[in-house]
Amino acid sequence: MHAMLKTTEIEARLLTREPLMLFFSLAFPTILLTVLALVPALSEPAEDMGGVRFIDHFAPSVVVLTLALVALQGVPNVLAGYREQGVLRRLSVTPASPALILFAQLGLNFAMATISTMLVMAVGRLAFDIPLPHHMAGFALAFVVGIIALFGVGLIIAAVAPTTRAAGGMATVAYLLVIFFGGVMLPRFLLPDTITRLGAYAPPGVQALADAWTGSAPPQASHLLIMAGIAVLSAAVAARLFRWE
Amino acid sequence: MAIVEVKDLVKRYDGRAVVDGVSFSVEEGEIFAILGPNGAGKTTTVEIIEGLRAPDGGTVSVTGLDPQRDGGRLRQRLGAQLQASRLPAKLKVREALELYSSFYPDPADADHLLEQLGLSAQRNTVFEKLSGGQQQRLSIALALIGRPEVAVLDELTTGLDPQARRATWDLIERIRDTGVTILLVTHFMDEAERLSDRLAILDGGRVVALDTPGGLVARVDTEQRIRFKPSAPFDDRLLTTLPHVTALSHRDGQVLVRGNGDVLHEVTSALALNRIIAHDLRIEQATLDEAFVSLTGRPLDS
Repeated sequence: MHAMLKTTEIEARLLTREPLMLFFSLAFPTILLTVLALVPALSEPAEDMGGVRFIDHFAPSVVVLTLALVALQGVPNVLAGYREQGVLRRLSVTPASPALILFAQLGLNFAMATISTMLVMAVGRLAFDIPLPHHMAGFALAFVVGIIALFGVGLIIAAVAPTTRAAGGMATVAYLLVIFFGGVMLPRFLLPDTITRLGAYAPPGVQALADAWTGSAPPQASHLLIMAGIAVLSAAVAARLFRWE
Repeated sequence: MAIVEVKDLVKRYDGRAVVDGVSFSVEEGEIFAILGPNGAGKTTTVEIIEGLRAPDGGTVSVTGLDPQRDGGRLRQRLGAQLQASRLPAKLKVREALELYSSFYPDPADADHLLEQLGLSAQRNTVFEKLSGGQQQRLSIALALIGRPEVAVLDELTTGLDPQARRATWDLIERIRDTGVTILLVTHFMDEAERLSDRLAILDGGRVVALDTPGGLVARVDTEQRIRFKPSAPFDDRLLTTLPHVTALSHRDGQVLVRGNGDVLHEVTSALALNRIIAHDLRIEQATLDEAFVSLTGRPLDS
């Protein structure tokens, strides 16, 4: 336990020494939302969107961006880098397990994603009247299940990539796919129907997040259950495949 | 009982036996070196001892524990410094020690350890800013922070300048003096010769020789070469008739005597009896290098 806390503390300190990564994970999603919200056309109700404001429609996608940043750019790169340098292997000859670093990274990144999302919500609410999620509990559930699924994907990439460079490349591809399906590149209402339907099941599950935030009903149980299944499956596969060296 | 016992160890990769029936034991409190060229199976052998790899055959016992079955308990008593293993670039020296300290129930005092290793001034330096020698010393510190009974050091001085190497050797001897048993893996002849109480020479996955450095050298019947400048001329036959002298030559006023066994004693006695002083006396003896060639048929560096 002591070792787990110490590892998390040290990993947190190391995180603060990478200001660029910290900035991206914590501030960028909020900055993106702010920049968009400052465009008049996007913060006024739009006729072709059924009277909804663009930034209200887009907010859940900002959450997808946040989750993708930590799970697919943060964690895999750090772990693959550690593995390549022999950091994880060095731990294998101590009483502690290299898994401590893995859990520390996941915990810290989960915390960063949560803080970042709360920042998005706070700024959105206070500065641009974007309402807080209608179904907070459903949102939290979708958030947790979605991030675990994404972590699983990120860990599988870190597990199978032979080098740090390969991990970075594969992770970036996954990242781009996730934010595409998440409606970050092109807003969801502009995506073809098939993509939107597929996107509901792509981690982290933008549809569930959107339903909970701006929808009139809580997220669909099927969406949540399938995402939970993906989360469990990807975590199991990652655990099976991951090597410490 | 020996603190480390290895019997008939076998490890195969792709059907090839990288470790092919290795046996040796290490006594408590000694420095035991495993010497051999690259690819001899040295690192694989110690990785099995550390519990990082599972053997395909044979048995290993470290402080009475099996590295595979009792890995958790063993890792509390064994410290290892791994070849080419780095730490996170921005990790500070004292943070590394804090972290590793937290893994053990009764760790050594980190500041004291840093002092012993000459790293006190680098407490707040990040890993990537340390010199090669400092990084090695930090790695040794991390291997020792848990107060291990056995420390495994793999390729300790590779890439270090001569001064750093000698400083590291002094350090290892001081550590041994505190009662830690040291298992040293090296491909440097001088390192094995200088540090080890006993050593095993590994070649092609097999133990080619197992002895003290002196014992190995003595096994090899190579000649000794004695050079000196005599204070007065003398008849060559004064020395060439000695039983252990095999050859004598002159060059630029210097005499070179080749011989074996007790030749040195015989030569100096003969010279003394005839009141000849041997100035600038130099003796070259068989070295571990020559012993290695003799035992394996090729030089260590090939």
